[in-house]
Amino acid sequence: MLKRYFSLHLQNLVGSLGRLARQPFAAILTGLVIAVALALPAGLRVLVNNVDVLSESWESVADFTVYLEFSVSEQRALELSNEIEARNDVTQVQFITRDDALEEFRSASGFGEALDALDENPLPHTLVVRPVSEELINVEALADYLHGLPETQRVQLDTEWVARLRGILDLGERFVDIVTILLGLGVLVVIGNTIRLEINNRREEIVVMKLVGGSDGFIRRPFLYLGLWYGFLGALGAAMLIALTLLLLREPVATLASLYGSRFSLAGLSFSEFGILVGLGAILGWAGAGLAAARHLRSIEPS
Amino acid sequence: MIRFENVHKRYPNSREALSGVSLNIEKGEMAFLTGPSGAGKSTLLKLIALIERPTRGTVVVNDRNTSRISRRGIPKFRQRIGIVFQDHKLLVDRSIFDNVALPLVIAGLSRREIERRVRASLDQVGLLERESHPPLALSSGEQQRVGIARAVAGRPDLVIADEPTGNLDPALSLEIMRLFTRFNDVGVTLLIATHDLDLLGHLDYRRIELVDGKVNYDSASE
Ligand SMILES: Nc1ncnc2c1ncn2[C@@H]1O[C@H](COP(=O)(O)OP(=O)(O)OP(=O)(O)O)[C@@H](O)[C@H]1O
Ligand SMILES: [Mg+2]
Repeated sequence: MLKRYFSLHLQNLVGSLGRLARQPFAAILTGLVIAVALALPAGLRVLVNNVDVLSESWESVADFTVYLEFSVSEQRALELSNEIEARNDVTQVQFITRDDALEEFRSASGFGEALDALDENPLPHTLVVRPVSEELINVEALADYLHGLPETQRVQLDTEWVARLRGILDLGERFVDIVTILLGLGVLVVIGNTIRLEINNRREEIVVMKLVGGSDGFIRRPFLYLGLWYGFLGALGAAMLIALTLLLLREPVATLASLYGSRFSLAGLSFSEFGILVGLGAILGWAGAGLAAARHLRSIEPS
Repeated sequence: MIRFENVHKRYPNSREALSGVSLNIEKGEMAFLTGPSGAGKSTLLKLIALIERPTRGTVVVNDRNTSRISRRGIPKFRQRIGIVFQDHKLLVDRSIFDNVALPLVIAGLSRREIERRVRASLDQVGLLERESHPPLALSSGEQQRVGIARAVAGRPDLVIADEPTGNLDPALSLEIMRLFTRFNDVGVTLLIATHDLDLLGHLDYRRIELVDGKVNYDSASE
């Protein structure tokens, strides 16, 4: 009995695929619509994931800005800059004199006239220290060292923009969630509508099935499998669209990354993400077909 | 097998199609339903197959009061009835074999049993060698025989047919009717609506005549 049940389902699974193959143009068109609708949220997710990875690598190379005491002379500051640069956990130290800092502030802030009103430059000498390692432990050791210097007034780790980026990323993820839900609903409607048309086209067949004793479940089943195929194949199409896009972007991204001395490369869908995409597509297809069948099959009765 | 007790049927916005029909058809009986156009023959058969419900009165089929059968119960109920239609109602995109197999697939028989019964049915109507053809490759009379093969493949207790020879010439019609009599010989109950009175001259079976929704004549009550 169970075997028979499964063989009936298998028959339906294969049969509905055959039905798709019999009208390939319409099927491909619908499949493409579904693929694009699924590729959009999935692609956005891939994008967010990539920026996420990128931002993590940026976070560990964030610079320290060391504000020196006002009493420190330019001579001493330069010495200090060289001392720090000699450390093997430091790549580079940029020395910004008070005058340079003021000049920069003046042009960047637009408070030029207000600054002119001051008799004295309110800014200290500044060292911008770029750590070498991407391991946090070292960065902390370096931070402790910089804090401990008698000439240091204040140390600031320039992660603010990274934090800001993270904030934007969080927002982006939320946005992608909403897009996913909306386009998921869209797929549900597209498949539901396709199945509705299919049910309409097969009105006579449905009537005959009802006349020879076909139950609602029996009549519904091929339509559910049709929806399943649409969702499944649409999701495969979406995965292909994403892979194709990444392929097209690979070269320019590598070129861009190399300009920044990075070996960053775009990551595609992970295996589990691919599984989720395809599974979700299939479920949406099944559900969309189920909704259409529940709504329209009942109204078709022999007369 | 079939019992009508004072059955009335009125379609919405229409006069009564059946007005107080009472009749009784025994198990194993074969009967013809005749009468002029609009007399209510099709309506009577639709009440038996639960395609329509009576407005008043009781229809009992196979010892089941049809008013107690819910929407959900209809498929199981119809699986015990073979229905033959004037327009065959075959699925044109499936082979003859698949058409005849449909009620058996629905009943959930095993593949082996389905093949056995479909071939037996097609053999009975003389179309065994056409099993892989599509319905439209067959003549109208042949298509009707496929319809009959489908109706009897599930070995129903009862077969009802509405104008099964409506589109056929006299020779073919007689052939179809002979087919029905052969099923009756092996115990199947049959009720066949027809307006072909010439044809009935060749066949000595019970005749029920409807006129204006009433039983006008019944050869069994003479
Ligand atoms: N679906 C319907 N809606 C409204 N009236 C209907 C419907 N079906 C049948 N009727 C009416 O019911 C009456 C009986 O119709 P029915 O089809 O049962 O007659 P019939 O004996 O089968 O006729 P025919 O020999 O022409 O097939 C007719 O007056 C017809 O107009
Ligand atoms: Mg009629």
